[in-house]
Amino acid sequence: MTDDYIKRKYEPILPQKDEWPVMKLSKSRKEFVKTVAEAAKNRILEFTGGKVEVLKEELETTHYREKLRIKQNPWAVDPEDDYDFWNGVKSSLVQLSADNTLNKTQRKKKYIDILDEITLRYAEEIASTFKHTHYKVTRSIVTTGFARLLNAARVKGFKRLFSNQYTLQDKIQIIGETKQLRDLASKGTIIMVPTHFSNLDSILIGWIISVLGLPPFIYGAGLNLFNIEIFAYFMNALGAYKVDRRKKNLVYIETLKTYSSEAIQFGVHSLFFPGGTRSRSGKIESKLKLGLLSTAIEAQRANYQKGINDISGKIFIVPVTINYHFVLEAPSLIKEHLSITGQERYYQESDEFSTSLKISKFLLKFFTKGSDISVSVGKAMDVLGHYVDQDGNSMDKNGRTIDTRDYFISNGNITVDTQREEEYTNRLGNRIVQEFHIINRVFSSHLVAFTAFQMIKRENKKMDLFNLLRLPEEELSISYASFKAECKRVLERIFELRDKGKVHIAPHLRREIDQIITHGLENVGMYHAKRPLVKDKKGNIITEDLNLLYYYHNRLDGYDLEKLF
Amino acid sequence: MISKNSFKPKSVGVVGLGSFGAAIASLLSEKNHVIAYARRSELVEEINTKHSIDGSPINHQIQATQDPEFLCQSCEVIFFMVPSSAFMDVTRLFSPFLYPYHMIIHGTKGLCLNLPEGKSQSDMKEIRRENILTMSEVILKETVVIRVGCLAGPNLAKELAVGLPAATVVASRFNEVIHQGQNLLRTEKFQVYGNSDIIGVELSGVLKNIIAIASGALAGLGLGENAKGLLISRGMVELIYMGNALGGSLKSFIGLAGIGDLVTTCNSTLSRNYTVGYRLAKGESLSEIQATMEEVAEGINTIRLMKNFMENTGTRAPITENLYKVLFGDLKIEEAVQYLMKYPFNVDVDFL
Repeated sequence: MTDDYIKRKYEPILPQKDEWPVMKLSKSRKEFVKTVAEAAKNRILEFTGGKVEVLKEELETTHYREKLRIKQNPWAVDPEDDYDFWNGVKSSLVQLSADNTLNKTQRKKKYIDILDEITLRYAEEIASTFKHTHYKVTRSIVTTGFARLLNAARVKGFKRLFSNQYTLQDKIQIIGETKQLRDLASKGTIIMVPTHFSNLDSILIGWIISVLGLPPFIYGAGLNLFNIEIFAYFMNALGAYKVDRRKKNLVYIETLKTYSSEAIQFGVHSLFFPGGTRSRSGKIESKLKLGLLSTAIEAQRANYQKGINDISGKIFIVPVTINYHFVLEAPSLIKEHLSITGQERYYQESDEFSTSLKISKFLLKFFTKGSDISVSVGKAMDVLGHYVDQDGNSMDKNGRTIDTRDYFISNGNITVDTQREEEYTNRLGNRIVQEFHIINRVFSSHLVAFTAFQMIKRENKKMDLFNLLRLPEEELSISYASFKAECKRVLERIFELRDKGKVHIAPHLRREIDQIITHGLENVGMYHAKRPLVKDKKGNIITEDLNLLYYYHNRLDGYDLEKLF
Repeated sequence: MISKNSFKPKSVGVVGLGSFGAAIASLLSEKNHVIAYARRSELVEEINTKHSIDGSPINHQIQATQDPEFLCQSCEVIFFMVPSSAFMDVTRLFSPFLYPYHMIIHGTKGLCLNLPEGKSQSDMKEIRRENILTMSEVILKETVVIRVGCLAGPNLAKELAVGLPAATVVASRFNEVIHQGQNLLRTEKFQVYGNSDIIGVELSGVLKNIIAIASGALAGLGLGENAKGLLISRGMVELIYMGNALGGSLKSFIGLAGIGDLVTTCNSTLSRNYTVGYRLAKGESLSEIQATMEEVAEGINTIRLMKNFMENTGTRAPITENLYKVLFGDLKIEEAVQYLMKYPFNVDVDFL
């Protein structure tokens, strides 16, 4: 992967929208929902080992939790009949446990019927409502609308309203293995796994997918986002299916996983945010949520079981990192992170993206002022984390072609072994984290934030993190000369890492060190009311918000750079 | 090289026919056809024609080969039984012929150094966890095989060879590997336990060799059974600290592969590591001992590695440190023992 970005528009790999897997899925939505519900039901029955008592308990727990959710945490998006439905479930359950006339098989069947109802409802709830017209509108809003704003800000003079000199691709730079991604997307099924720092990510990725000429991907979006109209519109347009984090019962989780697995088997490209949620600390995700990831492995095995051994049944994992100078939600994210790790108080979700107005204001700021974003597309891997070549063949580290199917074989046959697949999921998770660090692109702002924070930490060696962060900001000041020297040291180490292929850098890091620092200071967390790092009148480096500085510093966590201090 | 038996679908592979490798091959051959890889052509010849290893007879079910490709093609499950010093090379030799459907179970109680290109151990300022590979980590690094397991436990090769009862642990992250190992190895006289903490089990087998050397030294100095009891229990504590620092779990160290193996090795004159300690105490130097031993005592290499590693963890490992000074410095073994007797172990057990 080079450090340069791609500036061109790609032809769609599937020009006819009817060929898009996501379109096919949305056309057969009804049958698909049924397939998912049925498969989910069978999974849960397998879990209960065919024991009626276990199933009964599971249903009762589900009902109890759902009632609690409706009472304690209702949302605008919840369906009208939520209460009635669960009341219905309750009366069926009560009736059934009181009924003594049924024999064992009959009772079991009745319980399965209730399960059936629930999985069907969940599957229906989860399923995406992709509409092509909405997709088209959204795409044109994002591309032309944003491009107008961008040019209005950058091109001077009267002509600026009509200029096409700058496109979104200058603002949001795409680097990496885009050609391979396009090739593989036309032959197999892609699962894109990006880092997740901001709520903006899903829209950003949606736009990138479209620029690269790929058909839309489906992805699981938090149901809370559907509470906000503008988001709901975008999400639906981008093929989002709904993930309700309030529902933590087994039946729901299994239905959700089944949905993902079946969609992958259907050949629909998917997007997983493997961290599960936005990174609270600003670190690149190091612990991934393995639930969804396991569906990739399951779907791959299922395809092999069906005898689809060629590339059309192969699943490719493509890691993506999104690199920002500025994350709008940083102040609240880091606060949450600190209160969770510090265990000082119970954390409550507060969201900077709470209203459509706030988002629009941010977008306006974002496109009219500086601050670039870059998106790095990593090499595609198979579900075991082996790199694949342009034709999708998995390779070992010596370039020998290997068959992923063999990993599911025992005594000559493909076998279903959930414990094995769990281990494979762990492994894939680790590989994705490794790749994230490799394709991550270092910005000037990361460099200055990292260096400044480490210098402050070194000055206060004896303090633990929480005491350190409580230091009064006005007393912390770093002389420019020593700051420059330390930045240089860190930068040199970053270049060493880069030469070993362990990280990537933005081209602006090749400038003079003073320029890099200026660039970094200008950009790091640039729109926050309190800036994480600025130069004061005397030319010293100071911080206005230590927590934020810590947040931006964390981006370079995981490279052992702190050993330099 | 391909014999008439090669059409048999389920052969089990054994790589390396040292004393432990040969013992395992014999155990496996009670139920399955075995294809064994050996480096020496005379040995291959002897096994295939006379059905014996260095004169002692073996099961006819064992077929020997010098061809890694043939072995890999014929076997799905392969046992790697090579000393740690040769482990990396042998793994690389087999790597081109190994495929994702293979399972590898190894029985090597040693560690490998993993250094950056062109560096040797003396170039390294410090040895960190990433510079140390257990044998399963070598396999994962060098091959495409992911379903990996290890064998560990009190398994003195000479006792196994004459059919005395024993038990072993097959450790793997994969249940299917454990099951395979159990199916293949379990006999009336050989019990096989499973454990999912492969790193912990590997480390148990590796680290106990350090204590075994010390135990041999105590015996050589004629210090008696009380001293041995002290050593074993203090050794256990040290083993657990070192094992935790390398990522193993406590549970494995107090299992069969940990304490079970430790007690056996510390009491057995059959153990190579014990013998090293014993001869040291009798006044021989390390080079003299190594020159006359038929097989490698893994403990020597382990002491060197672990001493360097522990220096950077901030945890003391007094037994290892002192043995290092005896083996590679000029500390007298008597002085080392004295030092250990004075070392302030205040708390008996502080890790549970």
